[in-house]
Amino acid sequence: MGPLAQTITRLYGIRGWIGIAIAALVLFVLVPVLNLAVPQNHPLHVSTFLVTLSGKIMCYAIVALAMDLIWGFAGILSLGHGLFFALGGYAMGMYLMRQIGRQGQYQSELPDFMVFLDWKELPWHWWMSDQFWWAALLVVAVPGLLAFGFGYLAFRSRIKGVYFSIITQALTFAAMLLFFRNETGFGGNNGFTDFKRLLGFDVTAPQTRVVLFAVTGATLLGVLLLGRWLVSSKFGRVLAAIRDAETRVMFCGYNTLHYKLFIWTLSAILCGIAGALYVPQVGIINPSEMSPANSIEIAIWVAVGGRGTLVGAIAGAGIVNAAKSVFTVAFPEYWLFFLGLLFIGVTLFLPGGVVGLLRARRRSRPVALTEAAP
Amino acid sequence: MKNALRALVLALGLGCASIAAAALDAALVAKLAFGDNDEKIAAIRAFVTQGEPAAAPLLDALANGQLQTAGERVLIVREEAAIDAVSGETVTPLPEAREDVIANNRVRGELANAVAALRLLAPDRALRFQAVKELETGASAAMLPLVRRALEKETDAEIRATLALVAATIEVKSGDKTARLAAIRALASSDSPNTRSLLGSILLKQRDGRFVEPDADVRRAAEDSLIAVQRHLAWGERAGLLFAGVSLGSILLLAALGLAITYGLMGVINMAHGELIMIGAYATYVVQNLVRAYLPGAFDAYLLAAIPAAFIVSGLVGMALERSVIRHLYGRPLETLLATWGISLMLIQTVRTIFGAQNVQVENPAWMSGGIELMANVVLPWNRIMIIGFAALVVIGVALLLARTRLGLFVRGVTQNRAMASCVGVPTARVDTWAFGLGSGLAGLAGCALSQIGNVGPDLGQAYIVDSFMVVVFGGVGQLAGTLVAALGLGVINKLLEAWSGAVIAKIAVLVFIVLFIQKRPQGLFALKGRAVEA
Repeated sequence: MGPLAQTITRLYGIRGWIGIAIAALVLFVLVPVLNLAVPQNHPLHVSTFLVTLSGKIMCYAIVALAMDLIWGFAGILSLGHGLFFALGGYAMGMYLMRQIGRQGQYQSELPDFMVFLDWKELPWHWWMSDQFWWAALLVVAVPGLLAFGFGYLAFRSRIKGVYFSIITQALTFAAMLLFFRNETGFGGNNGFTDFKRLLGFDVTAPQTRVVLFAVTGATLLGVLLLGRWLVSSKFGRVLAAIRDAETRVMFCGYNTLHYKLFIWTLSAILCGIAGALYVPQVGIINPSEMSPANSIEIAIWVAVGGRGTLVGAIAGAGIVNAAKSVFTVAFPEYWLFFLGLLFIGVTLFLPGGVVGLLRARRRSRPVALTEAAP
Repeated sequence: MKNALRALVLALGLGCASIAAAALDAALVAKLAFGDNDEKIAAIRAFVTQGEPAAAPLLDALANGQLQTAGERVLIVREEAAIDAVSGETVTPLPEAREDVIANNRVRGELANAVAALRLLAPDRALRFQAVKELETGASAAMLPLVRRALEKETDAEIRATLALVAATIEVKSGDKTARLAAIRALASSDSPNTRSLLGSILLKQRDGRFVEPDADVRRAAEDSLIAVQRHLAWGERAGLLFAGVSLGSILLLAALGLAITYGLMGVINMAHGELIMIGAYATYVVQNLVRAYLPGAFDAYLLAAIPAAFIVSGLVGMALERSVIRHLYGRPLETLLATWGISLMLIQTVRTIFGAQNVQVENPAWMSGGIELMANVVLPWNRIMIIGFAALVVIGVALLLARTRLGLFVRGVTQNRAMASCVGVPTARVDTWAFGLGSGLAGLAGCALSQIGNVGPDLGQAYIVDSFMVVVFGGVGQLAGTLVAALGLGVINKLLEAWSGAVIAKIAVLVFIVLFIQKRPQGLFALKGRAVEA
């Protein structure tokens, strides 16, 4: 076997690859055809609303994967991943705001909220924001650099466990307060909205929506394979060892700082990309995305699906967000009860998540919980 | 001067007698009652220049719409009784045909200050004090003789000082240069923002670059006095800032103290801590409503019942949580964090379902409203002072509880070495429940205190959870002293930064500071020494 074939078999078995092929078929062929080519009143027609909703949930799934990489595999629980997600979203949002051009309410070159604040020119951090490649660079660089700096300081002073979780929460809280200010130059409370075009295409057109959906799906599959490749490599084993007994790994001569810093920064970048894909589909980004509650919800997606299993993270994000979409429409007053019960129930009774439950049933013996976080 | 002396003798003579009995100048009263607005104002000024204290009830009656005319007579009508405004005699029966004397806004503005000026001679100290405070902002030149006379007669040091300033404020605007210079020098001892703007106005330049005030000597004196006033004001501002900081610190302390027990001593991450605070606030609300409904006479004392109620309700909820959920997650802090977050969501929704999503009204008892005026620009509200005192009491209580009682001994024992404590017979499971109940009860007390200064709504707790964790982490886990120092320190730092950079930036700066501080010193300000650190 060549090295490529080796890698392929290492990532997934034959059933896994078939599953991925089916997913790709659905994402890139079936849904676009059913949405665009099948007439609206046909029973098989997939509405644009559903396409956008699924696209949104797939963005969440990417975030869940990113979270699983650090929490499930490295034992670092971040309560600040909403920040990286929102930063990616804001970077993309700036570009989308510039694409509105003179079609805003005030017919000005400047975004509406700046006209409203009586600003005469773009602030310095909007430099080059009308270039897509620059926006794409920011999407990766801003969350990446912030996570690198923060992670370097935190991991170097061996902050871990709950301490780390709490200071990541403080970080996202501080950022939320910062973005709420009008003077920060990101639209304050209201954030960015009313987008018109992306790369010159109308963002509300069904065709654009389907393309965004497919791009999100491709990214999700790519992240899944990347994650699988990472965790099944030697790097992944060292990570798991750090999660289970960090001191011993250090005694064996590994510098755990490098491992943790790499996976932490990668995770933040993935969140940023997810945020960038999320904003054009949902059509709004505002500071509430950075609220501590949003970040902690990401952890519950992963916990529901099953920590330490990448498929579980995707499943968890899908299950919880689909339930949220149904619940908040059908009985909005019970959603918080349900979410709260989910938090309690999963931690008390379902430490392996849904995937753990299924695996246990398949083996018809209790699954040994190997990924108990410290 | 003769006039003034006569009035002084009159005022002294009538000091204790009924003021309303004094006879007033009938022509002036008629002018006030029947004249047009300009004549009314002229009459009011004349009364003030005469400095007749007996005119105060008359002017007061006009201000309150109690002045009526019946034919040629002017009457002060209160409910069904009428007094003749000139002679002060009671008029019975009440004449049928009466007309109200109307005062427009211009007259009213004049009236308010005139009444205050005339009250400067009132025998009641509180009345005089109130009057002089009112005059600080609205004294006019016509009042100068009256103010001077009041100054000669005044015995109370505090009122004298303020009166002197009022006199100086009037004299600054007068024509005589020596008097002005003296007045400006006298104003140097003022600590009121009004004096600052008054002196500042002397130093203003006109548009063409020349000074408004042509006399260089006056300008120089004003400049010197202004510097002195600004120094006084700066002290006031600093004192106010310090107080605000200590006040914020005491709130943070109350919010974080329960957490210092559950997280600091027991190591349980309780994300529902904020909701326990919220439950304490709602318990206060319920007690308030019960007292209002069943014991309306004792409303001012409802806090006496609310404090234990808040403690017990939050404590019981906390103990129930410990027994049902948290107990099963000991040793798994990250899971505890998620599960307690779930609990917090459910508690929020429960409260929303019971009490509605809107904020509820919790009223201060009467003795908690108002404040102490330390200086003209610094008022210390009573409710803040009470909360500082309350926080101090609670800290002392908790410290005594931990240091002197059997439960405290057990809690410390379990914290230091759970296995060994268990071996020597400490019922560790029960101690956990009680300690968690204590921490939760303290959160309830915080809620009770917060209900007195802010809104009470289902989201109340969310605002405090990040802050209280920061306090505990900053102070050092497992140390009450650390929590105390961290809470007060963060409160004062936050307020100082706030004065300098605005509230949001201050808050962000403090958060970033703590995040960086933890990197340098992960154990917090006060670290536990010895083996417990590695546990």
